[in-house]
Amino acid sequence: MASENPEHLPGSRWRRRHLLGLQELEKEEIAFLLDAADEITRCLEAGQDLPSLRGLTAVNLFIEPSTRTRVSFELAAKRLGASVLEIDQESSSIRKGETLKDTARNLEAMGADFLVLRHSAAGAAHFLADRVRSSVINAGDGAHEHPTQGLLDLLTIRRRLGRIEGVRVAIVGDILHSRVARSDIWGLRKLGAEVALVGPRTLLPEVFARFGVRLSNEFDPVLPWAQVMILLRIQHERQREGMFPSLGEYVSLYGLSEARLRRCPPEVLLMHPGPIERGVEIESELADGSSSVILDQVKSGVAVRMAIFAQLARFHQRDGEGV
Amino acid sequence: MSGFYRFAGGRILDPSRGRDEIGDLCVAGGRFVDPASLPAETNWEWIEASGWIVAPGLIDAHVHLREPGDLQKETIASGTRAAAAGGFTAVVAMPNTRPPADQPNTIGWIRERTREQGIIRVYPTGCLSEGRRGEKLAPLSLLHAAGAVAFTDDGSCIQDAGLMRRVMEYAGMLGLPILEHCEESSVSGGGVIHEGYWSAVLGLRGWPSAAEELIVSRDILLAELTGARLHCQHLSSAGSVRLVREAKQRGVHVTAEVTPHHLALTDEALSKYDTRFKMNPPLGSEEDREALREGIVDGTIDLIASDHAPHCSFEKEVEFDRAPFGVVGLETMLAVAAETLVKTKLLDWPGLVARLSTIPARVLGLPGGTLAAGAPADLVVIDPNLQWTVNPQIFRSRGRNTPFAGWEVQGRVMLTMVEGKIVWRL
Repeated sequence: MASENPEHLPGSRWRRRHLLGLQELEKEEIAFLLDAADEITRCLEAGQDLPSLRGLTAVNLFIEPSTRTRVSFELAAKRLGASVLEIDQESSSIRKGETLKDTARNLEAMGADFLVLRHSAAGAAHFLADRVRSSVINAGDGAHEHPTQGLLDLLTIRRRLGRIEGVRVAIVGDILHSRVARSDIWGLRKLGAEVALVGPRTLLPEVFARFGVRLSNEFDPVLPWAQVMILLRIQHERQREGMFPSLGEYVSLYGLSEARLRRCPPEVLLMHPGPIERGVEIESELADGSSSVILDQVKSGVAVRMAIFAQLARFHQRDGEGV
Repeated sequence: MSGFYRFAGGRILDPSRGRDEIGDLCVAGGRFVDPASLPAETNWEWIEASGWIVAPGLIDAHVHLREPGDLQKETIASGTRAAAAGGFTAVVAMPNTRPPADQPNTIGWIRERTREQGIIRVYPTGCLSEGRRGEKLAPLSLLHAAGAVAFTDDGSCIQDAGLMRRVMEYAGMLGLPILEHCEESSVSGGGVIHEGYWSAVLGLRGWPSAAEELIVSRDILLAELTGARLHCQHLSSAGSVRLVREAKQRGVHVTAEVTPHHLALTDEALSKYDTRFKMNPPLGSEEDREALREGIVDGTIDLIASDHAPHCSFEKEVEFDRAPFGVVGLETMLAVAAETLVKTKLLDWPGLVARLSTIPARVLGLPGGTLAAGAPADLVVIDPNLQWTVNPQIFRSRGRNTPFAGWEVQGRVMLTMVEGKIVWRL
C-alpha cells in the first residue's frame, strides 16, 4: 500500500504520495507541513515566486456536500497554477450506481494528478489510495479524519501562540461523530499539546481516554483551564437518535455563552471548523468577537492546502516542469 | 475392485468411542467394516496413511451455500466442492437464500439440487419466521416434514421476545434445535465493527458486545421457560461465553458455536479498513478472543463452525460501510483451527476433531461423527504436519473473501470420503 510504503524522493523531507490522516504522520512530518505553509504565506506576502503546479490537474471529488473545504482546495490549487475539476455527487456517475473505485480510475485515466476526496464513508480515502496512482488527499471521510482541517487548526494555534507544545486545548461537542476532533486530537497530541474533550457521555464515549486526552462531561470546570477552545457543530439528527434530550438542554450544558467566556483566560482563542450554527454551540456575538480566530482558520486553510499540493506534486512532475 | 478401501497405518481418531490408535480402517459397500467380518481374500484398495490422521468426516453446522438465488456468490455445486476440499462430509445450509427457505418446496428444491449437483451431504434448515422478517411464525412443521434439520433466521434475529417464546415452544414440540443469530438490532444499531478502541479510531459505527449478550441472555431465559433446544451461533464476546457457561451449569439446554476467525483474529485487523475482515458479528477485542478460546477448550462452546459466507470480489471492493458482511471459511477452517488451538496446545487433535465432527453431529442430531462399524463411511484423512499457504485464487468456492489469504498454516486435508466415495484427494 502506498500509504504504508512512502516512496523515497531525494531532497525532500516529505515522502508520502497521499495525505490520508494525521494518525499515521510522524510529529516531524506534521511540523514540516506547517513550516511549508508558513513559507508559502511568506512568499505570497512578499510577492515571491510560488511552487508551480502548471500542467497538473486536481480533481475535487466531493461525494458529500461542502462549501468551505471545496473552495479552499480549489483556490489553493489554482493559486499554484493547476487545473481544477469539480465533481460533486449530483454530477458524478456515482448517482447512477458507479462504484467509487471506477469513478476514481476513470478520472485518473483522464489525467488527474490529485484526487481530493470528500466522502461520507470512513476509510474512503484509504480505499482509493490503495487503488490509484494519483495522490489522494483526504478532505474528510465520514467520522474518521479531516487532516487538512487538523493541520490548519494547528497552524492557527501556532501562529497565535507561537507554539503547540504544552498548549491546553479543549474540544467541545459531538466528539463521537467528528472527523475534525479525531484529526485535531492526533495532531495536537503528537505535537505535545494537552487536550480535554468535553461533551455528554452519549457523544463522548469513555474509550476516547485511550487517545491520551482528558474527558469531561462538564464544560464549566474546563473553562479556566483552556487556552484554546475548539467548538464543534452539533447535528440536529443526533437529538432524534436520542443522543441528548433537547437542543435547549444541549445549549445550556455545552453552548459557549458570554458568561462562560468570562470564566476563560482573557487571551483564550475560540475556534470552529464551520459551518457555525449561531446560538447553539456558540453565542452569535462571540463568533465575531475579539477572541474568535475562526476567519484566521479559514485563511490558514488555503496556505496549508497549497503546501500539501506542492509537496505531493513531486510525485507527478513531468519533463520540463519543475517545482 | 472398487468400494473396498483399507486406510493403512494411520492414526485412527474416533472421538465418538474415545479411539486414538495407530491402525487400519476399512470401508466396504459405503460403510465402515471390521475386516475380520470379510473373507480373507478381499481385494482392498490400500491407501497408505502412516503419519496421517484418519477421522470421521467433518461437519460444518453453519454454511451459506447461496442457492437458490445468489449463484454468482456460490452454488451447491461449488460450495460442496469447497467443503469436500476442507474435509467436510456434511454441511448445514442456512436459509437466508433468495427466496428464503421459509416454505417446504424450497427445502425440497435444495435437497433435489444437492442430489443432482452436490458431492457431500447438505442438511437444509428452515426459517423461524416468514421471510426472516421476525413478524410471523414460518410453517415449522411443514419445513420439518420437508427435511429441515433445524430452524434459524440467521443473518437476522427475531427482536420480539413474545414471538421468540412461541417459536421456541413450536420448535421444541418438533424436537428440532433453534440456531440463533444473537443480535439486538436497536443496540447494534447499524454498527459495522466491534465497538471499542478501533471503532473510535476509525470513525466507524460500533456494534457493542451487549447487542449479542442481550439476546443470549434473553434466549437462555426463554429456553428455560419453553424447554427448547437453543444453539447460539458464532459467539463473539467474553460476556456471551460467561452467560452460556452459567446457563449450562444450571442445566439449561443451550449449546454454542464459535468461528475460526473469531478464535484467530481481533478488531485490530480492521485498522486499514480491509473489508475482508468485515463480518457479523464483528471481530472482538483481545479479551473476547481469549474468552472464546477458553470457552471452546472447557466445553462451554460446543463446536467450531465456519459461517462460510461467500461474496463476489466486486461486492467487497467498496467503501467499508457499503461492503457486505461475511467471510468464506470452508477451505481454511481445519488449518486455522489447528493453528489457533492445537499449535498453541490448547487442544489435542482428538479434542479438535471432536469439535469439528462428533459434537456437531450430536448437537444437531445428525448422523456421522463416528467411525463405528456399520456407520456410513464418511471420513477425512489429515496430514497434521503439512505446511501450506492460503491462496484464495485456487479455492473451489466462488468466494475469495478470506481474512486468511497468505497465512502460512499447518494441517491439510489429504482425502475426503462420503459414504465410501472419495470426493476429494490432494
